[in-house]
Amino acid sequence: MPVTITIPAPLRQFAAGQSQFVVEAKTAGEALDQLTATHSSLRRHLFNDQNALRNFVNVYLNDEDIRHASGPATPVKDGDTIMIVPSIAGGAVIESEVSQSLPELSNEEILRYSRHLIMPEVGMQGQRRLKAASVLMIGTGGLGAPVGMYLAAAGVGRIGIVDFDVVEESNLQRQIIHGTKDLGRRKIESARDRLRDINPHIEIETHESRLTSQNAMRLFRNYDIVVDGTDNFPTRYLVNDACVLSGKPNVYGSIFRFEGQASVFWAEKGACYRCLYPEPPPPGLVPSCAEGGVLGVLPGIVGAIQANETIKIILGAQDLLINRLVLFDAWTMKFREFKLRKDPKCPVCGEQPTIKELIDYEEFCGMAAHQAPQPESKLEEITATELNARRLRGDPIQIVDVREPHEFEIARIPGTKLIPLGHVVSRMNEIDPEVETIVHCKGGVRSAKAIEALKRAGYQGKLINLKGGITAWSEDVDPRVPKY
Amino acid sequence: MIRIGTQELEEIRAHGVRDYPYECCGLLLGRYSSDGKIVSETYPISNAREESAKRNRFLITPEELMRGERYAMRRDLEVVGFYHSHPDSPAVPSQYDLEHAWPTYSYIIVSTIADEAKDLFSWEQEPDRSRFNQEEIKCQ
Repeated sequence: MPVTITIPAPLRQFAAGQSQFVVEAKTAGEALDQLTATHSSLRRHLFNDQNALRNFVNVYLNDEDIRHASGPATPVKDGDTIMIVPSIAGGAVIESEVSQSLPELSNEEILRYSRHLIMPEVGMQGQRRLKAASVLMIGTGGLGAPVGMYLAAAGVGRIGIVDFDVVEESNLQRQIIHGTKDLGRRKIESARDRLRDINPHIEIETHESRLTSQNAMRLFRNYDIVVDGTDNFPTRYLVNDACVLSGKPNVYGSIFRFEGQASVFWAEKGACYRCLYPEPPPPGLVPSCAEGGVLGVLPGIVGAIQANETIKIILGAQDLLINRLVLFDAWTMKFREFKLRKDPKCPVCGEQPTIKELIDYEEFCGMAAHQAPQPESKLEEITATELNARRLRGDPIQIVDVREPHEFEIARIPGTKLIPLGHVVSRMNEIDPEVETIVHCKGGVRSAKAIEALKRAGYQGKLINLKGGITAWSEDVDPRVPKY
Repeated sequence: MIRIGTQELEEIRAHGVRDYPYECCGLLLGRYSSDGKIVSETYPISNAREESAKRNRFLITPEELMRGERYAMRRDLEVVGFYHSHPDSPAVPSQYDLEHAWPTYSYIIVSTIADEAKDLFSWEQEPDRSRFNQEEIKCQ
């Protein structure tokens, strides 16, 4: 049957300059075979080495793509038109020149990243960008665990990890980068091994130290992006300021109980952490995860958001979490989003910054970064060992536990009275002022607050804080009391 | 060299401004001549890329291109090239453009910044697909 084939302009040079051919064929494939039999150089533009139609070439039989019919076997009728239609795409890509200098991918890497490579948003160029990229993770805890694992799996070429802790049993409920076999090991070593196992094609650099004002700028200099996985305010402000001063994006996440936050603070493009929170909360107002608890899966979700945004920054994606704060509540399963604005008066990224170098962040936040906040007034304290000795002597004392009932269920010191912190003042009359009172909680912070609140409310009896709380009791007096 | 009328150039610029901050795209219909191309009509196309990628990507689906080709054939014209906009970036082809372009066609790129069209250049790919060369625009 005679069918007409039309050739698009770019391919006519391979078809003797002609735009139309009439060939005899029974199928679309046969028609193309006829055409390329006489114009052999056209063939390599239409078919690949496996003799399949190239991706950027479409063949239409009348109005239908033959890929949606029976491919080359699609039958043709007398008078049909076959049209070769090239794919047309394009677009602006900032830093387009960068591509020349990007590292190549090995065949192994191409196979490993194939699910990325087949998406045009990543593609070879994007994957090579990931390979060329470097990310510094602050902390390998709840947030750092998914961040590190996903960035490693995604093929981020160089990952730096900063941590000074060792793996403890209570970490494992959420810090999935570490395992039971790693208990007692240094976190950076355990994390490094896990990341290497996930992806041997990338470099892992370990920095075993606290992040300080002295080392932050030096550390940040060698990385493109910083991911904040810290759990305390001084370090969070330090990460923010050092990122602003060194011009790096700060991929932020934080978690508490069931709630998480995430954003990208990148002063060149939007608000920084200080634009959102110019000053830290008073010491002790916001409890830490150790005090308030955290749902183990929550850092998994928030950390995955951080990893996602980090990868998008590397790929040059739009719609980053810049000037956007995502709030996530795992208990109600709700995401909310707030718009952020760059504060022109921001002391670090504003128009007239007053912070031009890193400061003392522990002083700024009024507390030591790695220890519990100290109450303002003088507080009388007792150690767990002393308390035990007094009890054994039969001293007339009463012990008030200000933790929550569900904590009381986990572990308790025998013979104590439970009055949760939120009720100590209203139930003050239940505490006999004639007898010395020892107040305790999990670690000593809430009990100190309870004592202050009782004093402010006019409680006249003697109040003594149990140093280190029930945790110290378990460590120093009675190991049968579980730690949590 | 590509010959194109002021009206057609104006249409390209207006399309770019209309679709800002997204990339616009369309076909250039006309004829091939001994010294280049003559554009006699523009054929705007809706950018087929999903919302999130439209700011820096355009895609003309083969169906749309085929419709454009058929439309051109009916008017005894041909597809001689394509135009698209680069919102907030220069009117020069990107690496992505290079990888997805074809020789012979003209690629007109207009840079759009907010509600204003800035530079407008035409580009032609080297036959070995290694790079783009700027093509002279002759305004008629």
